[in-house]
Amino acid sequence: MRTLFRRRSALDLGPVSKAISYVLLVAWAFVVLFPLYWLAITSLKQPIDVDSGPVYLPGVDFKPTLDAWKYILVDLQSDTVRPYVNTVVVGLSSALIALILGSSAAYALVRFRYSPRVGVIGLFVGCILFTIVALALGAAVPLAVVSAAAVFLILYQTVGRRFKRVLGNSDVAFWLISQRMLPPVAVVIPIYVLFQRVGLLDTRQALIITYVATNLPIVVWLMRDYFSNVPIELEESAAVDGASPYRIFRSIVLPVAVPGLVATFLFVLVFAWNEYLLALFLSSANAQTMPLTVAAQNATRGPQWWYMSVLILIMILPVIAMAVALERYISRGILVGAVKG
Amino acid sequence: MASSDNSETLDARGPTPVEGSGLEVATGERERVAGHTFRAAVSAKNVFLWPALLVVLALSIFPLIVSLYLSVSRLEFQANGIDVRFLGFDNYASLLFGTEQDHFIGVLKPLTPVGWIIVAVVAAITARAFVSYLRGVNVRLLGLLLRAIAGLLLVGLVWLFAQTLFAQGGRPGTLFVTLVYVFVGIAVQYLLGLGLAVLATQRLRGQRFFRVVFLLPMTITPVGVAYMFRMLTDTGKGPFVPLFDLAGLQNFAWVNDPWGARIAVMIGDIWQWTPFMFIVLLAALEGQDQEITEAALVDGANRRQVFRHITLPALLPVTTTVILIRMIEAFKIIDLPNILTNGGPGTATESLTLEAFFDWRTLNLGRSAALAYMLLIVVTLIATAYVNLVRRRVTATA
Repeated sequence: MRTLFRRRSALDLGPVSKAISYVLLVAWAFVVLFPLYWLAITSLKQPIDVDSGPVYLPGVDFKPTLDAWKYILVDLQSDTVRPYVNTVVVGLSSALIALILGSSAAYALVRFRYSPRVGVIGLFVGCILFTIVALALGAAVPLAVVSAAAVFLILYQTVGRRFKRVLGNSDVAFWLISQRMLPPVAVVIPIYVLFQRVGLLDTRQALIITYVATNLPIVVWLMRDYFSNVPIELEESAAVDGASPYRIFRSIVLPVAVPGLVATFLFVLVFAWNEYLLALFLSSANAQTMPLTVAAQNATRGPQWWYMSVLILIMILPVIAMAVALERYISRGILVGAVKG
Repeated sequence: MASSDNSETLDARGPTPVEGSGLEVATGERERVAGHTFRAAVSAKNVFLWPALLVVLALSIFPLIVSLYLSVSRLEFQANGIDVRFLGFDNYASLLFGTEQDHFIGVLKPLTPVGWIIVAVVAAITARAFVSYLRGVNVRLLGLLLRAIAGLLLVGLVWLFAQTLFAQGGRPGTLFVTLVYVFVGIAVQYLLGLGLAVLATQRLRGQRFFRVVFLLPMTITPVGVAYMFRMLTDTGKGPFVPLFDLAGLQNFAWVNDPWGARIAVMIGDIWQWTPFMFIVLLAALEGQDQEITEAALVDGANRRQVFRHITLPALLPVTTTVILIRMIEAFKIIDLPNILTNGGPGTATESLTLEAFFDWRTLNLGRSAALAYMLLIVVTLIATAYVNLVRRRVTATA
């Protein structure tokens, strides 16, 4: 007990560095909080208070009012609630799906060895080009797809086995992350056409699918690092005891990687929650999300700062609540405890 | 497109499967692998990976091909529909050499002495790296060729960059403005994020409060952050107006100064994205085994040594990942310059994506797609080079 106590104290800071640490922490907290404070007091201002120059303290140099809050939450209730619900549904479900698919892919890339043949990838791309040329020449969609698939399978079974040159796991991972390199401006029209064809425009499903696909690479990359820190001995002993790979993943690897999972979940949730350009195209009345509502406050009379502030604040409240609730999972001891236990 | 067939260049980072670990699948042999049959392991291998790959593939391959096609054609919107005409590489040529060169690359002027020095230093460093590769053991023709191309591109880029920035009357175009945003932004974000993560893992009271507060900027929608900074930086009614007056800067309008406006954009970007670095590094620090650190401290190492020799090496993999992810995202910066400055003054704060967006809004879809592909090429080159360099560093220290 005594040695344990002494080791702990080795990690504690001396009084001087403690004071410096506090000063730095408080300084950055101020940098972060001041803009948010400004948002909060702007939401309590009348337009005249905003336009007449800076005023800082509600009740001291201006008279706070809840007019903007009342306007957004009561007068425009239906216009606020629908995008709000959409944002919550789209954000949560896309983040969960991306986390499930992405973390299993990340685990696979850490623990199994893949060796896709370069030639087979070339064949695949060739067959896709074949389909597109066929479609451009006026072939029917099912015919083009089926014949391309048939050509691919035949070539794969015959020529495909002869290719020697292979890629590795990190090439697969790099391909995934490279899918985020094209700016949304370039992909938004094709994606619009895609969803128009399948009749999913202006639905939550379209947004969920899009966000899952755009966020998956990030989940894979982040989780790969966290999984690689999981000691392999745990998994080996479970495998020797006869557990299936799925069982090992679910009951050993995932629990140990909880800090990483939580951090990653927060990221993809935030990305989906806040995405603007794709939502602008894929949704109109029904599936509209909150970022569009915020941007819409930039009216012809100039930005309506007070309404915008209210909207931004109500938009971040649930995310903050979630961050507060999940923060304690990103803390020390979980991993160490699991390994020792 | 990014998976180059030179598998050696890209197996750069990250963990390789542990050989003989039992989970490793011995191909071709149907044996019991780590307690379950080979068949079970193979099916698990596919079940784990393919759903993610298929989702990404389904939504990425079509847009990729369509915008490639758009980038080599011109679209005209007419009464009876859209007329698409094949142009070849005209869109790219106009960006690189033609009418849009001023906008995309910048106004090129003869170099000043400082400019020459910078170009010479970069060229010397590149040449030295190339020579040291030639002296190495594993020289392959493909690797040699790729490195030569990458080196020439790097020196060429720096030369162009110097002609826009370190030259009388030169002016950087969207390409170089974007590069400045990316590199300055990421350097500051990483250092701040790392410092904050280290501070937030010390044993101090109130850490939960600080951690949640530090996360906040990331949770605001980028459009909202952009409007918020427009409010904060307003030269008439923003909260810092009295400070500016005190400093005697009443007449300084940051909006009208190219570097003032660029710095405002970068401050917004840093404010918003430092939390990303912070939280990833925090999770990595929290995942580290404390006993090694404790043992080192008890044995008399000071904190700086512990940080330098234990903490930092353990953070390397996750560091390469966050920097790569942030780099790819930062190249697409659009909301801040669009809303904060509308790309102005002139085109001083315009990023590549914003230029593509402006083209796209004026229905010049061909040039917009060409810009997007130029961005893709630049990011791929830089990301590949980054991954290579970092891998060499990591393997050298390990």
